[in-house]
Amino acid sequence: MMISLAGARTLFFKELLRFWKVGFQTVAAPVLTAMMYLLIFGHVLQGRVEVFPGVGYTSFLVPGLVMMSVLQNAFANSSSSLVQSKITGNLVFLLLSPLSHWAWFTAYVGASVVRGLAVGTGVFLVTVWFAPPAFAQPLWILVFALLGAGMLGALGLIAGLWADKFDQMSAFQNFIIMPMTFLSGVFYSVHSLPAFWLQASHLNPFFYMIDGFRCGFFGTSDVSPWLSLTVVGSSFLLVSALALHLLKIGYKLRP
Amino acid sequence: MPAVSFQQVAKTYAGARGSFRALDQVTFDIPQGEFFGLLGPNGAGKTTLISILAGLTRPSGGRVKVMDFDVQRDAAAARKVLGVVPQELVFDPFFTVREALRIQSGYFGVRHNEAWITELLDHLGLADKADTNMRQLSGGMKRRVLLAQALVHRPPVIVLDEPTAGVDVELRQTLWAFIARLNREGHTVLLTTHYLEEAEALCQRIGVLKQGKLVALDRTTNLLAATSSTMLRFKTDQTLPEALASQARVTGRIVQLKARDAADVERLLSALRLANVRIEDLEIGRADLEDVFLEIMQAASPQAAQFQPTAGLLAEAAA
Repeated sequence: MMISLAGARTLFFKELLRFWKVGFQTVAAPVLTAMMYLLIFGHVLQGRVEVFPGVGYTSFLVPGLVMMSVLQNAFANSSSSLVQSKITGNLVFLLLSPLSHWAWFTAYVGASVVRGLAVGTGVFLVTVWFAPPAFAQPLWILVFALLGAGMLGALGLIAGLWADKFDQMSAFQNFIIMPMTFLSGVFYSVHSLPAFWLQASHLNPFFYMIDGFRCGFFGTSDVSPWLSLTVVGSSFLLVSALALHLLKIGYKLRP
Repeated sequence: MPAVSFQQVAKTYAGARGSFRALDQVTFDIPQGEFFGLLGPNGAGKTTLISILAGLTRPSGGRVKVMDFDVQRDAAAARKVLGVVPQELVFDPFFTVREALRIQSGYFGVRHNEAWITELLDHLGLADKADTNMRQLSGGMKRRVLLAQALVHRPPVIVLDEPTAGVDVELRQTLWAFIARLNREGHTVLLTTHYLEEAEALCQRIGVLKQGKLVALDRTTNLLAATSSTMLRFKTDQTLPEALASQARVTGRIVQLKARDAADVERLLSALRLANVRIEDLEIGRADLEDVFLEIMQAASPQAAQFQPTAGLLAEAAA
């Protein structure tokens, strides 16, 4: 067990070092993207839309953008690291090692959480200038950021195991992750949607992540944060269980 | 306890046009401290067998043990005692040589391993490349790093899958000197190679795979002794008469003919004289492993199950 801990720690730090060495691309670029969203949507919609009473649109947008960045980058980290290692063949170094499936899981998901939070913090710091934040219930902020990043890190792990090439990976990212984050209420409250889309949004676990996270800032949300916690928590457990199972059976790793 | 034990190992790949049997009931042991050579033509199943040993591929049947650890049921323990140099020249482009070695060491739970890492770098001529990014290394240097990565956790059993493919002569010598030293220090070595002179020089025992079956297994000296003892080698620019051409092995200008005994040498030479074939640089020597290899390959028909062990061949396969 001691070996496994030291091994997992090595893999975790290796994964951190991997994205940190290309930090311009993995941290700075997404921060810039989020700032663009804020500048454009904030500029166009500020003063025209008021989602929560007394909260300006730009302020409303900030937590959503932060969370979207956390989620997308947590996903990108584990998935692209795995696919890259598979394609270049250097995953063999890991496959030859005695690391357990738990070690793989904690290291890949842990590094994804760190990258997600690093980008989220970056987005928050630059957007703070445009809209001063409030921290109504900071514990929710932390809980949803961690659970959301963890779930997307695990989802990225699954996608990385499944994908054999980069275009399969980007299909996963562009056709599943992107629509689900965009349709989760980052830019609007789901209550402003027609009835059908409002119902549909309630089936999207990403909606609960954003809503719960935003609740931490404003103290108001579309649904109760406890409901969001239940949905996000159980989604995290479900996705993690699947990722662990795939690692354990060596899915597409040990044919 | 043998260092490595293969028991009726089978591997079948399901394909679009039926299944393909890559390994068929392969059984043999490698005792501790042995330098073992696994030979066979491309596609014979060498890499599949090694992948199963390393836990990279699951067998369809049979059992494989390393130092008594089952590679499936006790995978972590088995991988800890095994150091594998993969055939492909793979590397992680994000890291320097020293970082790559530290990381690999950490995966095996070996921390504070700086002294051994430095020693490996020195012995493999990598000391001045320690802080160079892996991307910037030449192919030969990358090959050395692969070897260092396989040894970083000091495994008692070392597996080398065609380690000298595409490597220049000088590096090949360095690699062999280093691996021979590890073997003298007690490491068990399992090697696959295409260079038969390498196997002949280094391996105490040799196994030959053909179409997934083990068709020969014996001490290198026995294998060499078991074959026809004499080879006639010469150079010529002319075409050989039909009767000789069918039994000759021709490489460019070099012709090799097998002779059973001294009288047979006489017969071959007079046949050449009669056909007016002008020959240069005539040598009469012992058969080398390449001759043995070709003989085994010819003898082991596609229905290799019927292959009869001769003079020690396969003698240990049944053990």
